[in-house]
Amino acid sequence: MTRFSRASSNPSPETNPAPPRLKSDEGPAMRIIVPLQGVVQGRGGLVLGSLLPCALFYFLQLYLKSRNRPSQSPPSSPPTTLSTPDDHHASPSSPPSASGSTIHRTLSRGLLSPRSHPNVSSRAAAVARPDEDSLYYVGYKRCLRDPFHRVDNPEGIIQLGLAENRLSQDLILDWLEKNAYGALLGGDKPGELNIMGLTTYLPFDGSDNFKNAVAGFMGQVLQESVSFDPSQIVLTSGATPAMEILSFCLADPGNAFLVPSPYYPGWDRDIKWRTGVELVPVPCRSTDNFNISIPALERAYTQAKKRGLKIRAVLIANPTNPTGHVLSRDTLIDLLDFVTEKNIHLISDEVFAGSIHGESKFVSVAEVLESEGIDKTRVHIVYGLSKDLPLPGFRVGVIHSYNETVIAASAKLARFSSVSAPTQQLLTVMLSDKQFISNYLEANRQRMRRMYLLFVDALKQLGIECANSEAGFYCWADMSRYITSYSEKGEKKLWEKLLTVAKVNVTPGLSCHCIEPGWFRCCFTTLTEEDIPLVVERMKRVTQGPK
Amino acid sequence: MVVKVYKPCVPLSAIATSSTHGEDSPYFAGWRAYDEDPYDATTNPSGVIQMGLAENQVSFDLLEKYLEEHQEVSKLVNGIGGFRENALFQDYHGLNSFRKAMASFMEEIRGGKVKFDSNRIVLTAGATAANELLTFIIANPGDALLVPTPYYPGFDRDLRWRTGVNIIPVNCNSSNKFQITKQALEEAYAKAKKADLQVKGLLMTNPSNPLGTAMTRPVLEEILNFISSKNMHLISDEIYSGSVFSSEEFISIAEILEERGYADAQRVHIVYSLSKDLGLPGFRVGAIYSYNDAVVTTARRMSSFTLVSSQTQKMLSPMLSDVTFTKNYIKTNRERLKRRYNYVVERLRECGIECLHGNAGLFCWMNLKPLLEEATTDGELKLWETILKDLKLDISPGSSCHCTEPGWFRVCFANMSIETLDVALSRFTSFMEKRRKT
Repeated sequence: MTRFSRASSNPSPETNPAPPRLKSDEGPAMRIIVPLQGVVQGRGGLVLGSLLPCALFYFLQLYLKSRNRPSQSPPSSPPTTLSTPDDHHASPSSPPSASGSTIHRTLSRGLLSPRSHPNVSSRAAAVARPDEDSLYYVGYKRCLRDPFHRVDNPEGIIQLGLAENRLSQDLILDWLEKNAYGALLGGDKPGELNIMGLTTYLPFDGSDNFKNAVAGFMGQVLQESVSFDPSQIVLTSGATPAMEILSFCLADPGNAFLVPSPYYPGWDRDIKWRTGVELVPVPCRSTDNFNISIPALERAYTQAKKRGLKIRAVLIANPTNPTGHVLSRDTLIDLLDFVTEKNIHLISDEVFAGSIHGESKFVSVAEVLESEGIDKTRVHIVYGLSKDLPLPGFRVGVIHSYNETVIAASAKLARFSSVSAPTQQLLTVMLSDKQFISNYLEANRQRMRRMYLLFVDALKQLGIECANSEAGFYCWADMSRYITSYSEKGEKKLWEKLLTVAKVNVTPGLSCHCIEPGWFRCCFTTLTEEDIPLVVERMKRVTQGPK
Repeated sequence: MVVKVYKPCVPLSAIATSSTHGEDSPYFAGWRAYDEDPYDATTNPSGVIQMGLAENQVSFDLLEKYLEEHQEVSKLVNGIGGFRENALFQDYHGLNSFRKAMASFMEEIRGGKVKFDSNRIVLTAGATAANELLTFIIANPGDALLVPTPYYPGFDRDLRWRTGVNIIPVNCNSSNKFQITKQALEEAYAKAKKADLQVKGLLMTNPSNPLGTAMTRPVLEEILNFISSKNMHLISDEIYSGSVFSSEEFISIAEILEERGYADAQRVHIVYSLSKDLGLPGFRVGAIYSYNDAVVTTARRMSSFTLVSSQTQKMLSPMLSDVTFTKNYIKTNRERLKRRYNYVVERLRECGIECLHGNAGLFCWMNLKPLLEEATTDGELKLWETILKDLKLDISPGSSCHCTEPGWFRVCFANMSIETLDVALSRFTSFMEKRRKT
């Protein structure tokens, strides 16, 4: 069951001639096709359903074109452009943001006059499209423009939509200030610099030393329950390219992955954009504690087959994002049985493996493989240093696979996304400082636990219950009692209210493909304890304000 | 749990199992030979000398000196800089200060003849990523790019592998020193049309790899006119711009655009990197500079797959913004490369080997046509094997660069000490002497 059908099964007060809500990231072609769909489905006649919208679209573009006649600027300086947020504002890391309104006009100009402007590819067009249908990115952008700062901008938008961990960054920064110079430039003699080793080409998939250090770190995170072989590792500039490279290796354009939902919104972009691979959400339910259901996977697989869609893998996150669960050993075994039976792959994104704040012990799929004697060549792990260590800026991701061909191909593809040499060198030293790492992991765990409890408690005061989470930087909050209509629309309205009235950016469940309206992901790791009462006050503007 | 008998190997994608990575070519085979038997002055004096890798090691002492003299800058290797709060994080715009530093450096290389707006710079992890990104952006699977030959062997992989885009060669030959002609462009375009391929752009390297020559003004004008008339994009890969032996001899496409008042600039995208000019290939710092807003936006978003480490950005920012340093570095680097080039060409001439007259880059384009048994690709590869096996020198055969004239080889000279270079040159000398006797 998709969001789509759920929405239409709810009687909505308006009769709605507009096309049904599109899944996020459908290409521009859909804007033409959907009105036609309306005709096929008997909604609206030929004129209302197709010609009118197309004609309106055409006239709109003409209007925009005539408004934006290009005027060439004088030669002395290159055509100036987009304002971009500078370092100081930079709310950091992953989700992309486009710049100001100038871009939209230029883009439509480009679409209008193909004879005078070379077009970009359809892949690029999809990528460059304004983000309006993805609330995950819309919220991020708006937060960037008006970011909360305790002193400089106390009325700004509080960012609870970005899974970044600042709780223990001081420990890392201290280590860097003390050790980085020696790690990178320290020559054999005092006062001597040695940067020679940093400058030359390294293997694109990471130097041996760094691979060893990362494999060791991964083992340490799992408390040595698994030992990772460095030769089965490919290092990339972040988990984002790691996931994309793996997708390129496991599936052809037009194939699909089954993905238990709700899932990380970034995957819609990272995996689908350039590979042409589809993601098929397999909904998990609150009544089931959002646990993965094998029968649901079976149904989804069969349905996909009927549609002629070839499933190549099941993609999971463990710990899960946004629900923050640690998967049980039994669930992992069931998943392994499922993919074995279907002869497909299993991708396990374990980026939060070292960010467990709850009581459960994390079990990696690697551990299950060792003990269950299953064909390992179908199992691949994605990891990185952006979550368990707060180093998203340094860009370190990992593909771990037992499949030689996947490793060989990924190693070659890593040339487009390699880790910078000085960063490899620096982190090799840091990761080898096992005592420091151990202290960090433990201190961070405690700080996360404290903040999680405080935050969940604060939400409870507002009448908002959270699903039990044990991992990750967020809690999964049920705000359905505050939405006016139990629908996608209602959730969107609440999200908007939270953003504009409470001035708090949270991630709505619909961005995560959650089929039950009202769930929101709220990250608490960019907050300090002092911020929490402020967040409560802000949210009260919505929870206690007029409906 | 029942042990299930599993079916043989779970299937992988076409990309994973294809050989479009191109690493079966002699270009890479030579590298492998070097890896297995690398030359070392003391421990392996008869090993293979690597002359197939375009790396610049002639000027890195200048970098070291800078770091030594600027202790406060060298402290920045920790990647922290002034703002502790944000040190470990970044978004895909990259650090403003670093983009400004890149813009400034690129302007210095062009002698201040053009200005670059740092907001048009998109950072990527190397020029390899930049070229692939632009290809994804301007072309759909099945489309084509025109690339003048001979070209960098890596393009076969970088431009085609994941993108599904084809390369149509624009053939150049020694009759006019391998310059690109209007006729060659038109021929290539017609060939694409005949094969029903949509040509989306032209990708050129200026200065050229492997030729080691900077493009002249008339050729650049010709190319701009051509791409305008065909409504296509132009990618100007200028990663060797800082390695032109004298600054007057390099004309960037940016200059031509400026002279034309930036008319049609929206077709043009420049690729740059610190791997060659600054000799920092391990740092993975590349950039796209585009005059097209849509391309800048798209490239920025796509760059999330290939961001530059914030630590690296913080580390390099002060150095690249230090105009005193960069001016001196660029000047000195150019002089040293020029000296090396002249030395190599002279020594080769003495033993009877001619090179194309070059004025840029980390390599020379050597003419070994007289030595071929037969003037074919096979003949060339045979000669290449002889040079690898008998002379223990890894040089790159023109055929792997898609050169239509057999007998040309690219020989890199900047990736080794002068002593090693001497050893390599003396191997050529003895080889040629032996041949004269027989």
